[in-house]
Amino acid sequence: MKTSSVGIVTPQRARFDEPLALACGRVLTAYELVYETYGTLNSARSNAVLVCHALSGHHHAAGYHSAEDRKPGWWDECIGPGKPIDTNHFFVVSLNNLGGCHGSTGPTSINPETGAPWGPDFPSLRVRDWVHSQARLADRLGIDCWAAVVGGSLGGMQAMRWALLYPQRLRHCVVIASAMRLSAQNIAFNEIARQAIQADPGFADGHYLARNTVPAKGLALARMVGHITYLSDDAMADKFGRDLRSGSLELGGEEPAEFQVQSYLRYQGSQFSGSFDANTYILMTQALDFFDLAREYGDDPVAAFRAANCAFLVLSFSTDWRFSPSRSREIVDALIAADRPVTYAEIEANEGHDAFLMPIPRYLALFGAYMQRVRGAC
Amino acid sequence: MRLDLTHIQRWIAPGSKVLDLGCGNGEFLQRLALERQVRGLGLEIDPDKITNAVARGLNIVEQDMDAGLSNFPDQSFDTVVMAHALQAVHFPDRVLEEMLRIGRQGIVTFPNFAHWRCRLYLGSRGRMPVSRFMPYNWYDTPNIHFCTVKDFEALCEERGIRILARDMVGNTQRRPLLASAWPNLFAVTAIYLISR
Repeated sequence: MKTSSVGIVTPQRARFDEPLALACGRVLTAYELVYETYGTLNSARSNAVLVCHALSGHHHAAGYHSAEDRKPGWWDECIGPGKPIDTNHFFVVSLNNLGGCHGSTGPTSINPETGAPWGPDFPSLRVRDWVHSQARLADRLGIDCWAAVVGGSLGGMQAMRWALLYPQRLRHCVVIASAMRLSAQNIAFNEIARQAIQADPGFADGHYLARNTVPAKGLALARMVGHITYLSDDAMADKFGRDLRSGSLELGGEEPAEFQVQSYLRYQGSQFSGSFDANTYILMTQALDFFDLAREYGDDPVAAFRAANCAFLVLSFSTDWRFSPSRSREIVDALIAADRPVTYAEIEANEGHDAFLMPIPRYLALFGAYMQRVRGAC
Repeated sequence: MRLDLTHIQRWIAPGSKVLDLGCGNGEFLQRLALERQVRGLGLEIDPDKITNAVARGLNIVEQDMDAGLSNFPDQSFDTVVMAHALQAVHFPDRVLEEMLRIGRQGIVTFPNFAHWRCRLYLGSRGRMPVSRFMPYNWYDTPNIHFCTVKDFEALCEERGIRILARDMVGNTQRRPLLASAWPNLFAVTAIYLISR
């Protein structure tokens, strides 16, 4: 099928004045969420799909903000006319989560009580806080029940939490390259990222906005570590190998050699540190670490999923070692044991965790086939 | 729709829960869903067949039977079906045991290797039979555990598996008199309903 772009999109803003009680015990008296929508809500309001973003994601999932925009939204491969989440049929809602740094209320917003940016004093958030705030956005948009809640990685965790917290408000839950909880190794990588940020003198215990400094080096380092874990060994070998960017490895020369992968990582790091907030990064990695789907169900994922009422699509990627196929199979096995409808596939892909953002033919075909089924019931 | 699939449909209660091991493109599960309103789950490993089955609106899990089925709880399905896959798994006996652990009843179909044409082919040519039903050469066939009607029934006897019903499909669509009377010689496909 021919695919195309959703074209030029404009972010919208929703303000909520009803206080939101957070999992940490604190209350957010008011907040704003920035979001985009693609496609048209049908008259039965039954064709809405919620897209939940991952660690460094935001509301701009598809299309372009202007004709000059070089790059489309982060999940443009999967959202648009003729694409798996086909905007000819679905009304797609994509928001920047609470605590984010792309327009929704977060550490860079002004704390109404002090008149200064929240900074490190912004309340710590859990995945469920995002889910509750997304439910309020659904209320605002007049969506009683999502056709599907969809997410990759940390977004998949939100989708699963939706299925448990609001079982009557979604018909399908799509969980891509995710896990019911992080492993020790996974938490360890997040801790390195946080330590890198906190060790940067510019971080100033999180008060860098007030001090007018930027923990750019720390944030860049955090991103580099993360980025390596999102790629596979093979993907990095294919992309860079041992290619040199400058210098030489010949004996008898003192010119230092620089590998392509070094300059790539530095570029990724500096790009990221220029566009992402350090406190948000810490907040989001902590939400990832703290997520534990079955904790309050006696650590029994089967008991947890019995609370769900929707059908599930679970996808994993063969070379993803940050959220490996075995983590996805744990989800699938729990769903089977809980007698919930589930479809699962492990997509052969070279790109590691990042594969969930890539146009891998089998991935797009299968995701699209499943979304067609979702559409059938709209 | 393969002939053996139309046969086994009548053994499946309306509205029941069915696990289809090696469900292919989901044709059978879809038919069961439409005509018997079953709640089905299919296991498959072929990527294209999985996509095809998902496009039919079915629940499909990518899982290799040879790696075990221990993730399925005891007696969690009414019927576990395995159509034309018994001869392709590494440990057919273990899969049979697992089918009856997971399901209250099992339905198995397989090509009968003792069919007279196979015997004639092997007997006269001295080579592994290649036919319309078994179009592979010995070195590239997925069918690594061929058995006969007698072999299967002997295994069931040995493992204490009850044969509740059997159906033999002959060469023609007509009433399979020969296949019913002398299945080990005349059945092309053997179909069994089994339980513990």
